[in-house]
Amino acid sequence: MSSAAMEIPYSVEPRPDTGLYNGKVGIWLFLASEVMLFGALFSSYIMLRVGSDAWPVHMLNVPIGTLNTTVLITSSITVVLAWAALKLKEFNKFRLYMGLTVVLALTFAIIKSFEYRSKFVHYAVEYTHNGQVIEATGHIEGSPWNWSLKTLQNPDHPIESIVFHPDAAGHGHPGEGATIHAGEHEAVTIATKDIHKLESFGPWHHTYLAIYFTLTGLHALHVLGGAAVLAWFWITGPAMWRTDPERLTNRVEVTGLFWHFVDLVWIFLFPVLYLL
Amino acid sequence: MSHEHAHDIKQATRKYIYVFLALLLGTVITVIASYIPFGSHALNIAVALFIASCKAFLVAAYFMHLISEKRMIYGLVAATGFFFLGLVLLIVFSDADQLMSRP
Repeated sequence: MSSAAMEIPYSVEPRPDTGLYNGKVGIWLFLASEVMLFGALFSSYIMLRVGSDAWPVHMLNVPIGTLNTTVLITSSITVVLAWAALKLKEFNKFRLYMGLTVVLALTFAIIKSFEYRSKFVHYAVEYTHNGQVIEATGHIEGSPWNWSLKTLQNPDHPIESIVFHPDAAGHGHPGEGATIHAGEHEAVTIATKDIHKLESFGPWHHTYLAIYFTLTGLHALHVLGGAAVLAWFWITGPAMWRTDPERLTNRVEVTGLFWHFVDLVWIFLFPVLYLL
Repeated sequence: MSHEHAHDIKQATRKYIYVFLALLLGTVITVIASYIPFGSHALNIAVALFIASCKAFLVAAYFMHLISEKRMIYGLVAATGFFFLGLVLLIVFSDADQLMSRP
């Protein structure tokens, strides 16, 4: 059997019974399964939220979130313009728009990673001061990554005290007991022996953060996976354009459908996690 | 899709630009609306989800070409929507007595 005989059917011409090339049916079936995956997590979000006594609103950095939303929406138009350029046989334009899409996808991922980092250097601390128990949120001098009381008490490298910069008043989050007294916004030195609890704003800190990291983490994996496929067609596109241009056009359309879905999920994640 | 004329594609491209601008506008409105107290937080949630649904419709209809697709895709999307609603509503309804009794 020669390899030429192994041609995949209906990759370009529509199948008579569906009226569609097979790749398109495949991607829509895949997207259906994706809807169920994200749907299960969205319904978990609803359950957790209505079952929670306090839910933080505007806890994340809204300007950064808005910027990232804009980046993702822009990448959605560039990928559809890349497909349209192939339809118009303007290959150089395709390369430009596809390249832009990859850059925007990576920009989104980089901005997201900075947002994640900011959560792991933000702390909630509970300590005794003059016989009074104080709870505060803020930053530790030097911005250490994800410390806990265990880090401070590590017998090999014990840390005697931390310099804590409390958040400005009003930045405390509901249900997190940010009770900072007036005039205490300057840095305070807290001895390790006085600390009862020290925790970064990781997924373990609050139900909201748990579902935030789960939903955005799964979405970020989709962004990275999509970026890899987009980059692949940007790299291998020129060769396929010479041998099988219509098939390349369909592949780009199918990749675009996935990419728009990733954008669509974010359209709901942004208000649900950043604004409400 | 392979027999579309260049003219149609150029027309579609213009539509994509309009959709893109509408999506940006929708994003700005959602952010501003989230800072306006509408009386109850539930109303704020409803407004934001309504705008998000409009944006999702624009993306699905124009960028994903659902506005002019074959019947099979419509069937697939309808089935997906049905099961998605089932997934969300079943869980919400199973907890409905608790939701209603909340102050």
